[in-house]
Amino acid sequence: MRETVVGLAALAALLLAALAAAGAGEVYYINLASKVAIIAMAGVGLNLALGFGGMVSFGHAAFFGLGGYAAGVAAFHAFDGTLFLGLLPGTDAMPIIWLAAVLVAVLFALPIGAISLRTSGVYFIMITLAFAQMIYFFAISWPSYGGEDGLPIYIRNSFPGLDAGDALTFFGLAFAALLASLALTDRLTRSRFGAALSMAHLNEVRLATSGVEPFPIRLTAFVISAAITAWAGALFADLYGFVGPSMLSWQRSGELIVIVILGGVGRPLGPVLGAALFVLLETFLGGLTQHWQLVLGLILLGVVLFARGGLMGLLGGKMAHD
Amino acid sequence: MPTALLIEQVLNGLQLGLTLFVMASGLTLVFGVMGLINLAHGSLYMVGALVTAYVAGSTGNYWAGLLAGIGAAATLGALVELSVLRRLYGRGHLDQVLATFALILIFSEGARMIFGAAPLFLNLPEALSGSIALPGGARYPVGRLAIIAVGIVVAIGLSILIARTRLGMRIRAGESDREMVAALGVDIATLYTVVFALGAALAGLAGSLVGTIQSVEVGMGEPVLILAFVVIVIGGIGSIRGAFVGALLVGLVDTIGRISLPELFGLVMEPAAATRVGSGLASMLIYLVMAAILAVRPRGLFPADA
Repeated sequence: MRETVVGLAALAALLLAALAAAGAGEVYYINLASKVAIIAMAGVGLNLALGFGGMVSFGHAAFFGLGGYAAGVAAFHAFDGTLFLGLLPGTDAMPIIWLAAVLVAVLFALPIGAISLRTSGVYFIMITLAFAQMIYFFAISWPSYGGEDGLPIYIRNSFPGLDAGDALTFFGLAFAALLASLALTDRLTRSRFGAALSMAHLNEVRLATSGVEPFPIRLTAFVISAAITAWAGALFADLYGFVGPSMLSWQRSGELIVIVILGGVGRPLGPVLGAALFVLLETFLGGLTQHWQLVLGLILLGVVLFARGGLMGLLGGKMAHD
Repeated sequence: MPTALLIEQVLNGLQLGLTLFVMASGLTLVFGVMGLINLAHGSLYMVGALVTAYVAGSTGNYWAGLLAGIGAAATLGALVELSVLRRLYGRGHLDQVLATFALILIFSEGARMIFGAAPLFLNLPEALSGSIALPGGARYPVGRLAIIAVGIVVAIGLSILIARTRLGMRIRAGESDREMVAALGVDIATLYTVVFALGAALAGLAGSLVGTIQSVEVGMGEPVLILAFVVIVIGGIGSIRGAFVGALLVGLVDTIGRISLPELFGLVMEPAAATRVGSGLASMLIYLVMAAILAVRPRGLFPADA
């Protein structure tokens, strides 16, 4: 209960921060709020696999980046008037791009998940990392979409009926997407599927004994998790007008894990807190000292050693079933 | 491909593979004995290379640098084990990944503060800086052959250490049943620190060796770390033999792939595009091999506890 209050308060604070920044005419801070919302959404996606399903994916940057490339490539072809792979025309309409990002993520997450879920423990961590590295190197070597240099999105993609080029409107879109992903995971985790998923994490044999095959449950959760993260990636590319291999890098996968854990693993609203803390640290510590990563490392270490529930554990109390 | 080039590439592959083995053996030992997944292993490699380059640069003596580099990595490893890692043995892999990810950030920034962001250079001692003739007419640098030799010595030394010494016996016992070993009066905490320092020293050694053929800088550890993880996952985590086979496989596949894939694509594409696509696919190749092996054998080629 307290956890939900803390989480909703964090969401409200994010909304108010963006509105206050808009009132003061500070576009930079509106974009910062959009960044928090988008990174939080990527974390919500990962949290479904990692927190609820116990699948420690060290390769979610792959899906984040694929979403980003979906936005970048669609915009590139729309700008150019050429066809993707000679088949599909480009588009600059966000709803279609989002759908494409989700579809691409599903297409990749199905085989990646199906192979990776044959393994468990450290092997799962490492094979997800390996798949992400494959996609990373593929992006670097594929020259038609910028290769190593990445792909700029010259004009932000549009949303029908809205002026997405306006910072506050774009924040609204990102915030709405974050709320939608939170609502989706909330529905999922409360459903029969969610119960099976957490049982697959807690006691696989017991789940199988009660007549539910764990593998399809895990795979479905992995794919949905990838799809949410890819949607966030598409928004991220549009926020910065750029997509590049750095969105696919293993450091990005590590950061996504960090965000989920900072907020509190398996806490539905944890990633919102985690993303807010991460972006604040990055922005304000990074402004104070160029060695901000040292401080970030020390904070992370402190969280792992001494605050195991993450920020949500500190503020919102123990989990309901602890 | 001409024979001389092929021999040269195979030697390069062996050199990469054996360097990876020196790196991966420490990683797999620590995982096998303590069950710890240590992302900061690459930072120990970086520390070994940086300290070696710094000491060798200021004394003009590579061997002094090498000793200092290995010593620094082992000391730092022991300190980290005592202060942080021993609290993580009982925790899940997720906590271990996060804590050692945090250590990477700390060590990288720390190294940047101490040694600066500019790369350091490490010169080989006089005796190793020449080259020798290969059959077919090409010449091959002695320094790289020395790395191959060191890798082989480490492999033999480790297998003797594990199979024939008292410490090795304790390490094997610690892998199979730590409670029982502790109950029999072995100081398990000290054993863990020793194993970790040994792994760290090997990472430092790998860094000192590689520092002679590439620039030494902050961030050099992570690409090697990921390759070392690929190696131990292919070989079966915890198995030294698996790490050896995995390392040679990765070294050879990567090196041969990098040279032959662009040529292969050159048959059907224009040269510039073939080089880019070929070298890109070559970078993916070892990950493809790893995924294929894990798809068939989910616990690697030589599962340690099977």
